[in-house]
Amino acid sequence: MSLVTVNLTVNQSARTFEVEERTLLADALRDELGLTGTHIGCDTSQCGCCTITMNGDSVKSCTLLAVQAEGADITTIEGLADGDKLHPLQTAFSACHGLQCGFCTPGMIMASVELLKQHPDPSDEQIREGLSGNLCRCTGYTNIEAAVRAAAEAMRN
Amino acid sequence: MANKNAPLHLFDRPNSYIGQSVPRPEAHNLLAGRGQYVDDLQLPRMLHAAFLRSPYAHADILTIDTTAAADSAGVVAVYSGADFADQVTPWVGELTHLTGLRSPPQMPLAIDTATWQGEPVAMVVASSRALAEDACALIDVQYQPREAVCDPVAALLPESPVIHSEYKNNLAWERDVTAGDVEPAFADPANTVVEQVLRFGRHTGVTLEPRSSVVEFNPAEQTLTYHYSGQAPHMMQAVLAKHMQLPEENIRIIARDVGGSFGIKIHTYGDDIATALAARLLARPVKFIADRLESFASDIHARDHHIKARLAVTSDGTIAALQMYDYTGIGPYSMYPRTSAIECNQILNLTGAPYKIENYHANGKVVFQNKNMMCQYRAVGHPVAMAVADSLLEQAAREIKMDVVEIRRRNLIEDNAYPVVSATGMKFADLSHQQALERLVELMQYEKLRKQQSTANENSIRTGIGLVSMVEVTNPSPMFYGIGGAPISAQDGATVRMDAAGALHVSCSITEQGQGTNTIIAQVAAGVFGVDIKRVKVTTGDTATTPYGGGTWASRGAGIGGEAVLLAADALKQQVLEVAAIVLQSNADSLDISQGNVIDKSDSAQRMSLDELGKLVYYRGSELPAEVQPEFVATRHFRVSDFPFVFTNGAMAAQVEVDTDTGIVKVLDFWVVEDCGRVINPKLVDEQIRGGVVQGIGGALFEECLYSDDGQLLNATMADYLVPMAGEMPDIHIAHIETPTSTSTLGAKGAGEAGTGGAPAAILNAINDALAPLGASIHTMPATPERILQALGEVPT
Repeated sequence: MSLVTVNLTVNQSARTFEVEERTLLADALRDELGLTGTHIGCDTSQCGCCTITMNGDSVKSCTLLAVQAEGADITTIEGLADGDKLHPLQTAFSACHGLQCGFCTPGMIMASVELLKQHPDPSDEQIREGLSGNLCRCTGYTNIEAAVRAAAEAMRN
Repeated sequence: MANKNAPLHLFDRPNSYIGQSVPRPEAHNLLAGRGQYVDDLQLPRMLHAAFLRSPYAHADILTIDTTAAADSAGVVAVYSGADFADQVTPWVGELTHLTGLRSPPQMPLAIDTATWQGEPVAMVVASSRALAEDACALIDVQYQPREAVCDPVAALLPESPVIHSEYKNNLAWERDVTAGDVEPAFADPANTVVEQVLRFGRHTGVTLEPRSSVVEFNPAEQTLTYHYSGQAPHMMQAVLAKHMQLPEENIRIIARDVGGSFGIKIHTYGDDIATALAARLLARPVKFIADRLESFASDIHARDHHIKARLAVTSDGTIAALQMYDYTGIGPYSMYPRTSAIECNQILNLTGAPYKIENYHANGKVVFQNKNMMCQYRAVGHPVAMAVADSLLEQAAREIKMDVVEIRRRNLIEDNAYPVVSATGMKFADLSHQQALERLVELMQYEKLRKQQSTANENSIRTGIGLVSMVEVTNPSPMFYGIGGAPISAQDGATVRMDAAGALHVSCSITEQGQGTNTIIAQVAAGVFGVDIKRVKVTTGDTATTPYGGGTWASRGAGIGGEAVLLAADALKQQVLEVAAIVLQSNADSLDISQGNVIDKSDSAQRMSLDELGKLVYYRGSELPAEVQPEFVATRHFRVSDFPFVFTNGAMAAQVEVDTDTGIVKVLDFWVVEDCGRVINPKLVDEQIRGGVVQGIGGALFEECLYSDDGQLLNATMADYLVPMAGEMPDIHIAHIETPTSTSTLGAKGAGEAGTGGAPAAILNAINDALAPLGASIHTMPATPERILQALGEVPT
């Protein structure tokens, strides 16, 4: 199986690695770069656990081959905080108890980053729409939505 | 008003954390992407497993040729069932207290015959998962397909093929429960009798983190370390020890972060055992992570009940009799070690449990079939039991033109009647059905909603309101599994120790899967002992470092593990105060601990910090009298001994909108009143309840594992299997009644499964309330748009 070299900027660092052509971006982030905060929950891009930001847009990293991301600028959950200072979404998810097992949480937060970029003051409907590609199996979504609202407020102020 | 002179209750102490929504300490890790799930582990020399699974629901395996697979790139080993035959002893999913339950021995991989589509037949171990999958595709298995037995009712007909040749038919277990005499009540022409056939489709847990195993074996020490994504480490230790024939003490089970479990990850799966066997044979770590297709095809399914039931009520709405026949399909084997008969057993025990019922008859038949195995998933049996009783009750109310709240008022067991033994022999105590119902009526503004409904239903969108009164089995005693021979502990232990800096370290045998177990352990320990919660470090999920115990399932973590922590923290406090009294030349009875300081009980004056005391004891023990050997560690265990189970109760309601043109049901609102005893952390409890409700709504409206007539699973991806997403979920309003259980000091009952147990009945009732004016009703879950339209006669059945 021939290997392909992939060059990415991940969480503001230049990264180069070799993978099989068929390797998914999600697997490459986890296995080649050790960024295990990006989770794989469904293999078919329904659950949203693998959501990352690529070139400014949120994408499900299990729907892309690593080679398709060549040259891309990627942010994963590990790169969201500013050093020790958590992103307002991370703070809000904690304060609002917007997580239980935590497996969907990185994807939920990365999807919310995009949601708040598009709707800095989102309506309830916009929040639900923005999270419609992310499954949480533990919570009732109520606190996740509350966390997104709280983060939006914190980010506007 | 409490008596001012009464001593402060343990939970009224100034530094008690009980009843506070303390944030979870581990949340930061999870939010930063620093969780440690099994698939995140990369061990030196680790290999990856993939499984070839039977494409047939029922087939004889004629030959397995692994030559090409063995030669494939990266492959280290290929195993078929025969290769493991002398490596493991078979397991049998029977419990002796479920008299008559039978199930054939099971092995990790199918040998000779495959009995469900998805059963593992061969295993490849390779340097990567992708290469292992490549090699799986090169294994040549010759099958001789056999007729698949799928329908549990038809499976018992004399002409049905029999799955297991050692038995004469496909019956795994049967139980009949009779109390009083139902026949006179059904025969009495003055009574109103309602009758229904109810069907509960199969669904599954869909844990977002799939089943995951990384197993290491050390041949020199003959020790095995199993990195486990599950709920019952000590059970898993015992299972592996018994069937891999290793001393139990040589097996260490470690569960770090667990990405959801819901009962799915509490069973013995052949692929997990095969992973452990491969790790031992190869003396290298082996990782197996189920992909989503494998999860749907091999994670246990739940429900699959075909029920015929009838209810008789008198003209004043009093329940005169309830009768039920349940057929449940469990797949080809009873799951090990908890068995697949428990759900049926629960249904027989719990149907009608909130109500005064003297005449009851129920028969349950647990049937083998060629589908994936069925076993305990969240709220085992409860959604079925509650939906049967409460849908019949609401139907009866409609027939006698009585309000559905009123008919409950007339039949609920009175709050002052406890203890009560039900018709099925269940012992109930400390319940509050009447209060819960009245609180629910108030919370949802029932009268107002009914008035709005009567004026709103004039077009194709119909609204409906449905209720349920329910019980939940929590905090089980050894009567659940242990007495039947399962290696499952009903007790849990906690060790609390104080270090030289005055901080507490708690290790406890209950486990964390996101509920907030570690948080409530810290809350109880900090409050009872008297330190800031930030000074409490909690360890769970490791058989090497925690006391022995059952783990977290059956809504038992807080109630049983929490009480063990309370007892241990209190014992440690007494031990510390005795040493402090010697140092301070005081009397232990006159001292207390608060905010990390030893204080005088009388005036709260600070005498010395725990930090000082710790350093004195550990570093300068010479300052103590020679005969004083401080033990700043205490271990206590707890099990429920007064009752087989500690029941909780609740009342729930749903308001739905049914579009009679499309059959789509929208849940507009949902209300829960829950009495889970003492609430340790309101935010955690409420989100447990909400999450449970959402899973219940999933089973009621969306989720179903669909099989073809020949046993092929048709919707084994998340694209095809619908789960509730944020957009479809209503606001879920929650109120509590707190009737602490008298079985413990902590007073906590379980809360994890109530939502899942009650929500389906409330949803079904709300749909039928909406459909009733149209003369239609539905009694099949999930209530999909197609089924709603069938119920309305809009499309053919």
